[in-house]
Amino acid sequence: MLSKGLFKKPKNELEAQHRIKRKTDPAIPSELCRSCPSCKQLSFTSDLENNFHVCPKCGHHFRINARQRLNMIVDPDTFVEQHHDLSSSNRLEFPGYDEKLAQATLFSHENEGVIIGTGKIGDHEVALFVMEATFMMGSMGQVVGEKITLIFEYALAHRLPVIGYTVSGGARMQEGMLALMQMAKTSGAVKRHSDAGLLYLTVLTDPTTGGVTASFAMEGDIILAEPEALIAFAGPRVIEQTIRQRLPKGFQRAEFLLEKGFVDAIVPRSTQKETLNHLLTLHGISKGGDEDGSI
Amino acid sequence: MEAYKRVALARKKTRPTGQDFIDNLFTDFIELHGDRCFGDDPAMITGLGLLMDMPVTIIAQERGKNTKSRVKRNFGSSHPEGYRKALRQMKQAEKFNRPIVCLIDTSGAFCGIGAEERGQGHAIAQNLMEMMSLTVPIISVVIGEGGSGGALALGVADEVWMLENAIYSVISPEGCASILWKDASKTKEAANCLKLTAQDLLELQVIDKIISENHRDFKNVYRELTIGLYKSLQKNKAIDTAQLTQNRYQRFRKYGAIESVSD
Repeated sequence: MLSKGLFKKPKNELEAQHRIKRKTDPAIPSELCRSCPSCKQLSFTSDLENNFHVCPKCGHHFRINARQRLNMIVDPDTFVEQHHDLSSSNRLEFPGYDEKLAQATLFSHENEGVIIGTGKIGDHEVALFVMEATFMMGSMGQVVGEKITLIFEYALAHRLPVIGYTVSGGARMQEGMLALMQMAKTSGAVKRHSDAGLLYLTVLTDPTTGGVTASFAMEGDIILAEPEALIAFAGPRVIEQTIRQRLPKGFQRAEFLLEKGFVDAIVPRSTQKETLNHLLTLHGISKGGDEDGSI
Repeated sequence: MEAYKRVALARKKTRPTGQDFIDNLFTDFIELHGDRCFGDDPAMITGLGLLMDMPVTIIAQERGKNTKSRVKRNFGSSHPEGYRKALRQMKQAEKFNRPIVCLIDTSGAFCGIGAEERGQGHAIAQNLMEMMSLTVPIISVVIGEGGSGGALALGVADEVWMLENAIYSVISPEGCASILWKDASKTKEAANCLKLTAQDLLELQVIDKIISENHRDFKNVYRELTIGLYKSLQKNKAIDTAQLTQNRYQRFRKYGAIESVSD
């Protein structure tokens, strides 16, 4: 980088050219490097991939999509997706909603904001749901609520534990009250699963807010969270506007919720699979596919 | 009537509040305070009373009638302890086999530091979950404003009714306009799109019944509610408890169930 005449004041534009160049961002292909939003350091994408998409310098957890999560926690080639094809319709004819849905499908390569299915974690048979932030911020409309209800009903019928990863902006307002009703519907499904003595474990990731926090995210028997994840009922901006005060640093972050007693543990991505495996073992969840309890 | 006019009527300052409904629907009311964990939330009134000759548990949101009482009642926006108090009373109702009447009137659960610290989301989630399996009949009536999760936390019932000029919405029209269109002046348009009026929600089967209303005189409303609640609670009391909770689950299970999504 160092070149001759670095400290010399340029006499004309031509001489100053190498400096002007330096002002622009270095031309690094965007897929090669990512800068960390927390410590601003650049990391190679390949390094990030090998490090669970966690910044090797400061431990910041980058947002990742649902498929990447599934790859990280589910034993290879054991995930069987259910109801992949379900997609939303604009029943209330809300202006602009059809376009938003089309955009979200293109952007996320998913049909809706949650993926459900079954798989194995450390050979334990489990039912899973993983929410997808790139699909309209994981907001819960009728299809998201339906898929989550379906996986709890499936897990109840087959006596499986449910592991759920949440990320959501809350209820999807374009679906009006039908979206709000999903909070009651999913809570009912969780309750039935719970009453049957089955385990439900949630992992709250950044950000989990609104109607999802106020329903199935907070109904787990065990609630885990990723470091520094924002977990809130009302988002920080809404609160600041309501009370007209700046919020203290770290407010509504996972560490804050741990201190206040609303999450069981904070688990970094690198040890999540191990922790889930450990908890499943301690709950006596049988290994392999042919368990006695299955119906 | 235009949706936003209903919003204005639902929020009208002279509109009867939860306490008025308690005074006019029930006799021998006794208020019971506190969540046994943190404190008592004045935005939520809970207690026991008689509906004609039937003992019932009453849960009502109260926004206050004048500036002083509105401040005391936090304008009807509950903190987590309000929802926990409500749940405590509902659990007791189950223990003593008393039907439950919920009167909903809130612009939403409170958004503030204390509310978040004490787990607003958790408190609402617990109510949704527990109400689903309570073995006594529950009827919820939206008497004014039904604001999102803070209203739904009292709304997981066997039947949900609305007054003619009440509203029930996933988000306030103001909030919707500013989030979606970054323009607070589009509130009226948002109110239309959200389908928040009693008529719209009856069509969407979100509610089961509309109580017609003359908004200057609520005597008829009180009379219709008293008789209606009595009849419906008696009807639901006769249902076997397993069937009752099954019916309640199915009532909410239908929203967005696969058949209706695909058509």
